[in-house]
Amino acid sequence: MNYRGPYRVRTVQKPMPEILHPEDAIIRVTRSCICGSDLHLYHGMVPDTRVGSTFGHEFTGVVEEVGPMVQKLKVGDHVLVPFNVACGKCNFCKQGLFGNCHESNTMATAVGGIFGYSHTAGGFDGGQAEYVRVPYADVGPTVIPPDMDPDDAVLLTDVVPTGYQAAEMGGIKEGDTVVVFGAGPIGIMAARCAWFFGPSRVIIIDHVDYRLEFAKNYAKCEAYNFKDMEDPVVFLKKATDWYGADVCIDCVGCEAEGNTLQTFSGRVMLMQAGAATAFQWAVNSVKKGGIVSVVGVYGPPFNLAPIGNIVNKGITIRANQASVKRLLPKLIDHVQSGRLNPKGLITHRIPLEEISDAYRLFSSKLDNCIKTVLIPSTKH
Amino acid sequence: MKAENEDYKNIPGWGMDADPENEPTYPMKNYTGDDHNRINYDRSQQQPLTVELLQSNERPGPSAVFGTTVPPSGLSGMIRRYAFRNSEDRYRHWIPLILADRINVCEGWIEDITHGHLPNPIKERGLAVEWKYNKPVMLKKIAAVALIGGIVFTISKILSDD
Repeated sequence: MNYRGPYRVRTVQKPMPEILHPEDAIIRVTRSCICGSDLHLYHGMVPDTRVGSTFGHEFTGVVEEVGPMVQKLKVGDHVLVPFNVACGKCNFCKQGLFGNCHESNTMATAVGGIFGYSHTAGGFDGGQAEYVRVPYADVGPTVIPPDMDPDDAVLLTDVVPTGYQAAEMGGIKEGDTVVVFGAGPIGIMAARCAWFFGPSRVIIIDHVDYRLEFAKNYAKCEAYNFKDMEDPVVFLKKATDWYGADVCIDCVGCEAEGNTLQTFSGRVMLMQAGAATAFQWAVNSVKKGGIVSVVGVYGPPFNLAPIGNIVNKGITIRANQASVKRLLPKLIDHVQSGRLNPKGLITHRIPLEEISDAYRLFSSKLDNCIKTVLIPSTKH
Repeated sequence: MKAENEDYKNIPGWGMDADPENEPTYPMKNYTGDDHNRINYDRSQQQPLTVELLQSNERPGPSAVFGTTVPPSGLSGMIRRYAFRNSEDRYRHWIPLILADRINVCEGWIEDITHGHLPNPIKERGLAVEWKYNKPVMLKKIAAVALIGGIVFTISKILSDD
């Protein structure tokens, strides 16, 4: 996969990746996905996205080669690769903050390295390819259990951990009402995972009918289209006995719809880092003293946000990139026990060679697309 | 408004990960005390600097590993080098990077053509898929572009005749 500019991608032949560090591995990709956050790159919203880059931070593959210091992986292992590039040694990794590694991103300090996510996230080529270099191979990559479906495994690299952590950061208590903004793959997974923490209601808000219908069935939650409401905040206040939700989760990020000022200033004029509509609604819909959890991607440098209401309502905001490695043992157990069905999100399987069509399909929400898996010709 | 799902306790896994003692929850936990040692931890060895690497000026040096794809080059590279003289706090870091990205697109066109590759923007944009699944919207967009183009052409013709 090769980025040529906003809305333009194609496949090209690139040189085979090489071991550049003794803790590297080279992985032959068996499956990769297009993530909702890849669309921010595809739409030209993330600074320092260079022409010629390869995207893709959700992938599984077979170990082809390992560096001299790699001890836990061997050639032939079939692994799922968390989207975080993490050293496992810095103070942040040692605290379980694998999304905040201090030794994987030279270009920016706010975020650790992420595969295929611009130079702002470290300048690594990603997994929408046949082969990929994976640094710190002993830390992130995890051997796929033999009884696990590879389609489930590829979604454990980002979608499931991000959705789960979105719910976890919400500090959900038994009996809580949880509102999830965004019915993309992450929002749907966040709504599904919220139930693990014992709420009595989970509500999902979006404007795409087919996704709301999917979310209702998959996540067993209430689903509402904000285009049918005069004001989503008033709707949610009313739905919670005029109190506010206990927990609001923003799974939308910088390309939200629903507010003209946010859309015009953020997505059209690029005067702020995208449209923070979902975050604004989350803050204004949550109860006083409630928790807002943010996993939606917002780029630098700033966004319009209702700081005054955050202060006056005494809201706690928790946000981070998912710490995939930390969550994998628990999530693998949920999948193997049948409590979670990640592959149920997959609606399209497309050859890697048709990458341009795959991006357009997902970006324009065509053919009831929820989640796209890319299959390279070298998967066998 | 009443909840629609009264049978929620039968959802597989309901409440099984609830932990009232886990407060505040992630990411504010697992504090090791190592923060006060700052960046004096056992670091992986340094990846050799084989390509030009632009470094945040909020760091003392490069991270132990880094990506080597698409090093800075051309006019966009010059702008990126300028951007990295400013911290991530400054608009003069991010705005030039966005400008460089747009210039880089033009450089990509030039690179393609000079290497004998004629880009196919219709294919690269996946417009065939859009046409297949979304004809009405595509037709509206084509009509809008044609209308705006026609207006611009007419105005420019009037101005040139004057």
